[in-house]
Amino acid sequence: MKARRFNLPIWVGFLVTLIAFFSYFFVFVWFPVTRDFPWANLLLFGIAAALLLVGVRRAFAPDRPKRSKIAAAILATLSVAIFGFFVFATFINARRLPDSHGAPQVGQKAPDFTLSDTNGRPVSLSQLISARTEQEGRTDPKGVLLIFYRGYW
Amino acid sequence: MGIQPVAISVDSPELSRDLCQKAGYTFTFLSDPKADVIRRYDLLHPGAGIDGQDVARPAEFLLDSSGTVRWVNLTENYWVRARPEQILEVAKTLR
Repeated sequence: MKARRFNLPIWVGFLVTLIAFFSYFFVFVWFPVTRDFPWANLLLFGIAAALLLVGVRRAFAPDRPKRSKIAAAILATLSVAIFGFFVFATFINARRLPDSHGAPQVGQKAPDFTLSDTNGRPVSLSQLISARTEQEGRTDPKGVLLIFYRGYW
Repeated sequence: MGIQPVAISVDSPELSRDLCQKAGYTFTFLSDPKADVIRRYDLLHPGAGIDGQDVARPAEFLLDSSGTVRWVNLTENYWVRARPEQILEVAKTLR
């Protein structure tokens, strides 16, 4: 029985685990709906878990060779580890952020500063704010949005 | 809408220039390599960079024309960022 030789569910389950992991960082992170809470990835992990369960049960059937059991055990363990790392990266590590109690609050003046732009020219916050005012002459709301980010590395 | 975005990180001006070219960003990118301003704003995330360097935690501030903070977003999860709609909603109230 050739069809019994190859344990398809375990391999597909492992593949889906890999997809579930990497698709967050390369695909789903670009869409707020799938980024803010990784439900799409958890769904994929769920599908992978079902496949792996079927695969492990099949591998440990009495008529299966030993190497099938070993392969299934390794793939299932790796999958659990990948899922664990995903949960750590998205739910635990990503929440380890400083409290930033001393950050400027609503109603406070943002402290002025001067930093270099991409051409190496110094730019001050007061400059940026007044640049908006000079361009005015219309009733549009105006302001500056400061975006602090972790860096592109 | 008259809102000028200004991005600030510890990245060098050269690195930010590369990013702008690749991503097509045309707004202002400022470089704070020693994290002086990031520290003054209490946004330092020590050792969180890829090589363990100090970086800024993600944060967004909307300032009005007097430089007063009108809206702050200090995310609790760095995968969750402010959405443009949120900012535009507050921007409507600026005069």
